[in-house]
Amino acid sequence: MNKIMLVLEREFLTRVRKKSFIIMTILTPILFAALMIVPAVIATLEDKNERHIAVIDDAGIFEGAIPETEYLKFTFLHDVEVDDIKETFYDSNYYAVLFIGKMVASTPDAVVLYSDKQPSIDITSHISSALKNEIESQKLMSYDIENLDEILNNIKTSVRVRTIKWTKSGEAKESSTELAMGLAYILSFMVYMLIFLFGTQVMRGVIEEKSSRIVEVIVSSVKPFQLMMGKILGIAAVSLVQIVLWIILTFGLVTVGTSLLMDKPDTADANKQMVTSIMEAQGGAQMIPDTAAADNDFVSEMMGALSNVNFVLIIGGFIFFFIGGYLLYAAMFAAVGSAVENEADTQQLVMPITIPLIIAIVVMVSGLRSPDGAISFWFSMIPFTSPIVMITRLPYGVPTWELILSGSLLIVTFIAMTWLAAKIYRTGILLYGKKHTWGEMWKWIRYSN
Amino acid sequence: MNILTTSNIEKRFATHLALDDVSISVPEGSIYGLLGPNGAGKTTLIRIINQITGPDKGSVEFSGRPLKADDIYNIGYLPEERGLYKKMKVGEQALYLARLKGLSRHDALKRLKFWFEKMEIQGWWDKKIEELSKGMAQKIQFVVTVIHDPKLLIFDEPFSGFDPINANLIKNEILDLKKNGATVIFSTHNMGSVEEMCDHITLINKSKNILSGPIDKVRQSYGSNVFELLLRGDIEKVRENLGSNYELVSHKEDAGLVNAQVKVHNYSEDNRLLKEIIPVAEILGFKQAVPSMNDIFIQVVQEYNKAHGLK
Repeated sequence: MNKIMLVLEREFLTRVRKKSFIIMTILTPILFAALMIVPAVIATLEDKNERHIAVIDDAGIFEGAIPETEYLKFTFLHDVEVDDIKETFYDSNYYAVLFIGKMVASTPDAVVLYSDKQPSIDITSHISSALKNEIESQKLMSYDIENLDEILNNIKTSVRVRTIKWTKSGEAKESSTELAMGLAYILSFMVYMLIFLFGTQVMRGVIEEKSSRIVEVIVSSVKPFQLMMGKILGIAAVSLVQIVLWIILTFGLVTVGTSLLMDKPDTADANKQMVTSIMEAQGGAQMIPDTAAADNDFVSEMMGALSNVNFVLIIGGFIFFFIGGYLLYAAMFAAVGSAVENEADTQQLVMPITIPLIIAIVVMVSGLRSPDGAISFWFSMIPFTSPIVMITRLPYGVPTWELILSGSLLIVTFIAMTWLAAKIYRTGILLYGKKHTWGEMWKWIRYSN
Repeated sequence: MNILTTSNIEKRFATHLALDDVSISVPEGSIYGLLGPNGAGKTTLIRIINQITGPDKGSVEFSGRPLKADDIYNIGYLPEERGLYKKMKVGEQALYLARLKGLSRHDALKRLKFWFEKMEIQGWWDKKIEELSKGMAQKIQFVVTVIHDPKLLIFDEPFSGFDPINANLIKNEILDLKKNGATVIFSTHNMGSVEEMCDHITLINKSKNILSGPIDKVRQSYGSNVFELLLRGDIEKVRENLGSNYELVSHKEDAGLVNAQVKVHNYSEDNRLLKEIIPVAEILGFKQAVPSMNDIFIQVVQEYNKAHGLK
């Protein structure tokens, strides 16, 4: 055990002192924070320039019908042709000229926006929805219905499906499918990336020891198993330190960043912005309702759901399944590393290891839609895919017995895998000169001591 | 007393028998040469002594009792396939390897200081291995092999990679270690160094121990039928005059003197070689030739392979 600690210490210290570790530790949270903050900041920074748009309304029915916003003003010009204004456009203060043709009610492309710049989608959609509403209401009015306004107000509806989870103890908790989906996606993808990242570090470490020929010097002092475990655990410690630093730095950066960059320093508001921007980034754009009021509802609902997420369970589950999956795969990566002398030879041998990981990612995507389906269930039990698939299911809520079963299977499998890998490893590290196949490695397992 | 005894060791890899009934006894305080062609099984035997791998059959005794896990602290091993972490600093690395051999950090530092001074490499402490030449790295490797002051040292091809000056330095260090009471097993293809340093040898060929014993006895037992003569006279006449039982193996002329080696085919007490030469040449010197280890090595291995129908 003492020997494993010594090896672990070396593996840990040489890695955390590397420049690449320090750079990764700092850059990744900056990237994460930027991904969260930038869309939110952009959303708040939206065109603060006041823009004036000249309107030439040939149809003559829209004056006052296009609502002005804080930054968008409309000026209706009378008795002016588009050609007239074209000549003076550059000298005028107008941002653009909106021409509404006579036949606008029957010809959808009768509306033209002239400008010397490319108007943003916000401006064109603002105009088109205003015109559309106006034309629709005018058409409705032409039917001469009594109490039309009242009826219209009456039929305006906004529907959102809120999801409330009932727990066994009878509590009702606001939940959010979108939020669960976002979390599940990010977390399970991270597990996948991290298993790969740190698993291949184990493999590289083994190859380094073999190709630099130090391995025989070391195994005359420690058992090959101790050397392998020390390396795997040392890199596990590196990964934990890195993940914890990432989490702390990301939260720190986001907090500092939002308070510095946002106009409204009040954090609740900044958080709302962030939630919406995350949701947009996660492809939830279709869920963002049209009107500002509904938008607010949506955001506060998200906030409610966010505060109801069991972060202790999710972070705990994340770390457990990541470490379990890492240990399982690291043992296999170590076995592969022991059978080759340079990284170029690893590709073929690594293939069988990557296949279950890739299957897990495919299942993860379907798991996002049906987290309780049979496929998700079974793949969250199989230890080779459970670290990723179980993390996908976790934010949706998983029965305790399933968690315990899946976790135990994972532990049993990685112990068995470590035992097998150690047998391959102790033979492989001392065989030089050629690259070996899985078939040969299988034979090594059966060698006695 | 023997510090190390292996009895009837057998080790098999898949289809290949690496060691077949190998027994050696290494006397305490000796330098023991482990010889043999490439692939004979020397490294496997050394790995078994270092407990890197275990024998299928047979046993190993260390200091008169069965070898146990802790004995690695009393053994220093310099493998043939050796190296160091390229990106790690010399001092840190030496400290790590010393601690793996059971030394406390404090003891390790103290001893490393001593050895670094002795080898005149103090300035390298903060250098990375990749910045050093191969010979320099070998010196570090030597230091970490002996740092825990082991009773038994095993060197596999210790001189490969050293220039003659450093090889000589290492040779003297090994002799020093012996003087201080350590036992040294070393495996090499350099027969000159075997003659110079070893007290005992074992020759392993095709997984078997085919020749073992104190080096002087081994050499004498293989040298009894060749004689060296220093002559003045015509070597061709000597050749003509030799009877059928004698054969002029080689000769060298220098300033009128001839150095000749004559082989006696059927050697007996009744050796009449001088009688055959006296009439044709003046004999200035005569002695039994002790063959070099190189000759013995080649002869023994070839005879063994021929006798067993091996190539």
